[in-house]
Amino acid sequence: MTVNLTKGQAISLEKKDGATLTAVRMGLGWQAAKRRGLFGSRTREIDLDASAVLFAEKQPVDVVFFRHLVSDDGSVRHTGDNLVGGAGQGGDDEAILVDLQRVPVHIDQIVFTVNSFTGQTFQEVENAFCRLVDETNGQELARYTLAGGGEYTAQIMAKVHRAGSGWTMTALGEPARGRTFQDLMPTIQSYL
Amino acid sequence: MTAELVRGQNHPLSQDRLEIRISAGVPVLAGATLGDEHGTVHGAEWVAHPGAPTLPGIEVSGQAAADHRLAVDLAALPEAVHRLTVLLALPTQPGGALRFGAVAAPRTSVTGLDGAEIVRFTLTDLDAESAVVALELYRRQGAWKVRAVGQGYAGGLAALLTDQGLPRAEALAADVQEAVSRSLARAIPVPQPQDTAGSSAPQPTQSYDTQDPQGARTPSGPIDYTHPDRRAHTAPPPPSASPAPEGRPPQPVAGDAVGWSMEERLYNQVWGMFEDLARTTAAYRSAVDFAGSRLEKELDQVLADPRSRLGTAGDAARETAHARYSQLVDQAQAAFDRDLAQLTAESEVVEPALPPAYARWDNPVWHGYRVPDEPPLAVRLGDLHLPESVPLRIPLLVRLPLERGLWIDSGPVAGPDDTFLDSDEARRLALDAAVALAVRLLAVHPAGEFAVQVVDPAGAGAQALLPLTRAGAVAPPASGAAGVADMLERLTRRVDLTQMAVRGGAAESLPPDVDTAQQLLIVNDFPHGFDDRAVTRLRYLADEGPAVGVHLLMVADRADAEAYGPLLDPLWRSLMRLTPVPDDHLADPWVGHAWTYEPSLVPPGSGILQQVLTEVTTARTKHR
Repeated sequence: MTVNLTKGQAISLEKKDGATLTAVRMGLGWQAAKRRGLFGSRTREIDLDASAVLFAEKQPVDVVFFRHLVSDDGSVRHTGDNLVGGAGQGGDDEAILVDLQRVPVHIDQIVFTVNSFTGQTFQEVENAFCRLVDETNGQELARYTLAGGGEYTAQIMAKVHRAGSGWTMTALGEPARGRTFQDLMPTIQSYL
Repeated sequence: MTAELVRGQNHPLSQDRLEIRISAGVPVLAGATLGDEHGTVHGAEWVAHPGAPTLPGIEVSGQAAADHRLAVDLAALPEAVHRLTVLLALPTQPGGALRFGAVAAPRTSVTGLDGAEIVRFTLTDLDAESAVVALELYRRQGAWKVRAVGQGYAGGLAALLTDQGLPRAEALAADVQEAVSRSLARAIPVPQPQDTAGSSAPQPTQSYDTQDPQGARTPSGPIDYTHPDRRAHTAPPPPSASPAPEGRPPQPVAGDAVGWSMEERLYNQVWGMFEDLARTTAAYRSAVDFAGSRLEKELDQVLADPRSRLGTAGDAARETAHARYSQLVDQAQAAFDRDLAQLTAESEVVEPALPPAYARWDNPVWHGYRVPDEPPLAVRLGDLHLPESVPLRIPLLVRLPLERGLWIDSGPVAGPDDTFLDSDEARRLALDAAVALAVRLLAVHPAGEFAVQVVDPAGAGAQALLPLTRAGAVAPPASGAAGVADMLERLTRRVDLTQMAVRGGAAESLPPDVDTAQQLLIVNDFPHGFDDRAVTRLRYLADEGPAVGVHLLMVADRADAEAYGPLLDPLWRSLMRLTPVPDDHLADPWVGHAWTYEPSLVPPGSGILQQVLTEVTTARTKHR
């Protein structure tokens, strides 16, 4: 079962049997740009980047992106930068794994973002999506379709935040413009 | 490929119909208990044993035998069964062995119906036990797995069954033994290996790698191509690793990492522990820092608020801020303590399992030291710890051959109680650390594959170097300016020739007087006795040597070489700096904490260094 989230919708990451989620993965997938005959290497590659920003009471404390693949405490891990995209058939081309049990106690929000590093807007990218997966059983919790998303180069996708003893996810789905997560910081601040 | 399990390790099972093969040197009885999801065995009807060999889904043999094949059909087991425990026990027959320590280590394997082995597990290190839980097949989220247990019971079958939660375990154990003796009376006696006759004399556990009375080859299993007399290069499994109860972190097991050999797995595990400790400390420190800065900000706000200057509102606000601070710090401390306890438990099983190259000098493995046949993957340079994590020590393992030279700093460093060691004391300690390291490197390489050369221009280190030179493991130190020049000349020639041979692809054409062993050059008292030419040579060796097996170990005080100015800075930077006393100067590659390094020294009064060196020298004489 996949929830196609709408903006601002919150889902609790508690499972039905009361156990809370322990590990989530944010996956990002898109289809590589098509080759154009001769001199195919001159095709403009599409490079989308997934990032996660860790906040403690609205102050950014740590960030996990393609130049800092593991948060200092080891709880958030990026699987590595993909510069060109994949087959566009639903597989994750970049992923960020979060071990919620090991997140330091003062971190209370983690915001996930997607940026187009090479500058193409989401209109130009085919079969792009991002999704949140329960890492323990592979079940998809939420999915956004980015493709055809308009003249935007970035999206603030979702945030997971502490609620009681567990974590809750809120879908943000806010389109924005920017090359890396730094460009999005002002926009992110308004969602904390 | 067959997975060779160590204690506590598990492996998934993809087939339902399996055969469990047991091969022991002497007749043993095999049984199985069925447990529910809590592991409880509800009664005698949940136990398959020689007196009642068949239960739904499992069949054991009706008598004691040296080889068993238990048939298992996981799909046919009752729904309530979540755990199938395979146990072995020695029959209480006259003339039989009384303890597993006196017989060959039993071997178990799980195979498919086609005979293809899935996993294999040898129950080593048993001693006074006469009953043992060999394997455990358990259901986890609908899938079956097998776990190597190897938990022995000196109290015999009755103690084992009691531990499984069986009511009337004593009576059942007696029934089982009786059924066995009845079937033995009918059976043709099995030839007794010599060492079983009522032996109460201590007998070392025989590992199947060295001797196997039955010459056991499972007839239809895959052929074992390993040489029967070859010693396995794996560390012994840890003493105990009982399966963890549900919902708690699993019991740590030595070698619980990826790798092709036990050595590589231990190496990866130690580095994994290093990273985990670095990261969990980073989490703790960042939480405490955050709590501190938040407290400061909140206190500032209270001060800035004019209303709080009067009355008790200000005090209350201050109190709240402090409470918020201590609550967050307590939470962070709790998380850190939990992680630290887990890592400490892991360290407690990993340390004893380490091979000599990774082990501290006080590890018993050094007392059974033998010259190895193969060089190790890595070597322990010392121990690392963080102020928060005392007393947990992480071994500092570096890969061999060394990629950079080492520099033991004999300069002034703060001593244990913040007093500065005087210069002579520092030099002596530094040389002691260098000697311990050189002996370790000599000892962990096969005979003739590693040589140590010493340059001690003024003979200042003669006393400290005595352990090395006395045993004859190392040629007398080169002394005087001429001696230094000659030694550097020889090593430079070796580097040049080896480089040429490697580039030309003609490694065989080296002149016969070039020693192909790896060389470690210990330089004491640098730059005493070095002229400009010798300094240049030394820098050349530091740069070019490691790639062709010439390594540098400097024992020096950087201040002594100040006259050279910035000329030597690249040399110092290229060396890995170690200290003779604990000092926090090493950074980890992940978050860059300053770790306190302690050299790995021989415990005071221990003769282990000499014992190891004697062994090395003897092996080297034979090698020549």
